[in-house]
Amino acid sequence: MLADKDRIFTNVYGYQPWNLKEAQARGAWDNTKDIIAKGRDLIIEEIKASGLRGRGGAGFPTGMKWSFMPKQPPLDHNGNPKPSFLVINADESEPGSCKDREIIRHDPHLLLEGALVAGFAMGARAAYIYIRGEYIREAETLFAARDEAYAAGLLGKNAAGSGYDFDVFVHRGAGAYICGEETAMIESLEGKKGQPRLKPPFPAGAGLYGCPTTVNNVESIAVAPTIMRRGASWFSSFGRENNKGTKLFQISGHVNKPCVVEEEMSIPFSELIEKHCGGIRGGRDNLLAVIPGGSSVPLVPADQIWDAPMDFDGLKAVGSGLGTAAVIVMDKSTDIVRAISRLSYFYKHESCGQCTPCREGTGWMWRVMERLRTGDAAVEEIDMLQQVTKQVEGHTICALGDAAAWPIQGLIRHFRPELERRIAENMPEAAE
Amino acid sequence: MADRYIEPDTPELRARWGNFAWTAENAEKAKDIIARYPAGRQRSAVMPLLDLAQRQVGAEENTQGWLPIPVMEYVAAQLDMPIIRVVEVATFYTMYNIAPIGRFHVQVCGTTPCMLRGSDDIIAACKKRGMKKGHTTPDGMWSFTEVECMGNCASAPMVQINDDNYEDLTPERLDAVLDALAKGETPKAGTQEPGRHTVEPSGGPTTLKQMVTENHDYRGEW
Repeated sequence: MLADKDRIFTNVYGYQPWNLKEAQARGAWDNTKDIIAKGRDLIIEEIKASGLRGRGGAGFPTGMKWSFMPKQPPLDHNGNPKPSFLVINADESEPGSCKDREIIRHDPHLLLEGALVAGFAMGARAAYIYIRGEYIREAETLFAARDEAYAAGLLGKNAAGSGYDFDVFVHRGAGAYICGEETAMIESLEGKKGQPRLKPPFPAGAGLYGCPTTVNNVESIAVAPTIMRRGASWFSSFGRENNKGTKLFQISGHVNKPCVVEEEMSIPFSELIEKHCGGIRGGRDNLLAVIPGGSSVPLVPADQIWDAPMDFDGLKAVGSGLGTAAVIVMDKSTDIVRAISRLSYFYKHESCGQCTPCREGTGWMWRVMERLRTGDAAVEEIDMLQQVTKQVEGHTICALGDAAAWPIQGLIRHFRPELERRIAENMPEAAE
Repeated sequence: MADRYIEPDTPELRARWGNFAWTAENAEKAKDIIARYPAGRQRSAVMPLLDLAQRQVGAEENTQGWLPIPVMEYVAAQLDMPIIRVVEVATFYTMYNIAPIGRFHVQVCGTTPCMLRGSDDIIAACKKRGMKKGHTTPDGMWSFTEVECMGNCASAPMVQINDDNYEDLTPERLDAVLDALAKGETPKAGTQEPGRHTVEPSGGPTTLKQMVTENHDYRGEW
């Protein structure tokens, strides 16, 4: 188990105040000036060496992402250099994910300090933190923490005495899952509907207001100052090769004690559940399946997940993914078809409507899933559904279409006999 | 997309809201909000301004607040935007109420993590109190919506009522919260599980135990 001294988010449960004074006593904003003094290249090298991969789901190496930002700013049509922006993705809306909320309401100064360090490393003029609209109290904390940091000279002109001018702004969303997609987030920040843009151009070339932009998850940014203070080798001492560091895991569903906990990457599923969550409700034998990385990744049946290391490669090996490390546990009392169908409804509800395969496909898939739930379908329709998921997947501008397809594909892969049983029994009484 | 219908633009609506203008306090706030974005990019402020407008309407009506068309026009004029661009934003994002709403907006999360922890019972408890999905009770007190994942999965099931979350619900705990709100009290927000602080494992944290009682600095142990 990870030692307490190696945890980055020491106030994750909020037993202590989030305010600047207390955060500094815990180690936040500790000599940020010296980190900045190392220079852009050294910071990026250190983050690269730490093995940090993006914590928002895709797992792209964070240091490499920062290095894509132009060293020399591009010029606008008047010949003036364009500013660059850091956009911090706090639009945490993936079902199962609830980690950014804890960072923002209990340790916001780690995020603000990270914004300065990351923003400096990529040459950004300012950071916009896009927080989901439903996090109302959390946003209040973030606004207040930002004001504290400004009042203490840690942000703004000559931020933290580093000689670098850097602003941080908070922008509240208003209830659209799709704005967690980076280009939809940029559209939303520009005051439009959150509909994803085609890539290329990638945001590092033309993002917010057409300027170079990098979008990073809250957790990726908030761990950066601690990595800089403790060194890349400290961070990379946790987890397996290619899956380094510590990670906030969020365990929900049928465990005795759901919780959010920071652990080493690659911790076996069984250890995570037994040590922190009081075990599976009804014991190990009662486990049916697990969605290990938030709603967008396929489920994994009990026998395959139990010993799996909780990291990018370990979960890929069992046909799923780490995603945001939102672990949704389902015991044998679960109506597994309904559980996945409810996710299909979620994607239907959240499709932005831009691409036809997703706009029409998510609704179509949900309606078939609802019929499969009660067995009111023909066996051939299972294959037809599988085919439709393949027609949606990869045929949309953003990954929401893929995310809607994968849970259904996982269900068909692992629970086809259950679907066939329901059709055979055609259970109308299961309908509401 | 959700089934949402915008309140029609009628002469009565214009008579009621045609003279909408910021209160002095909100005019200051609006100025601060617009200043967050680069000059010439004031359109970025449309989301926070719509939120502010919704809250002002709510304060006037003693409801959660909503966005009549004339109010959207007011925001559009301030930001020099075509009205349709504002309506697009208001209809795209689900937190903007585009039709009248009740005093308390009871938003029960029904997505899978909450469903696994018993959100069916929470929804049933709301219905038992006379609430109906997508409707406001006749007394104007309760508007009821089933919403998608609210990001409180480790303390599910949950409900968001106006600005506060109530987590780790049971039907009885929900009743207690709603009864308190009906009486004009302010129930404790956050987890309703006795003894639980936030999202630590129920019964006490398995890690960072020193933090429970003091603001512990772990740097000495590095």
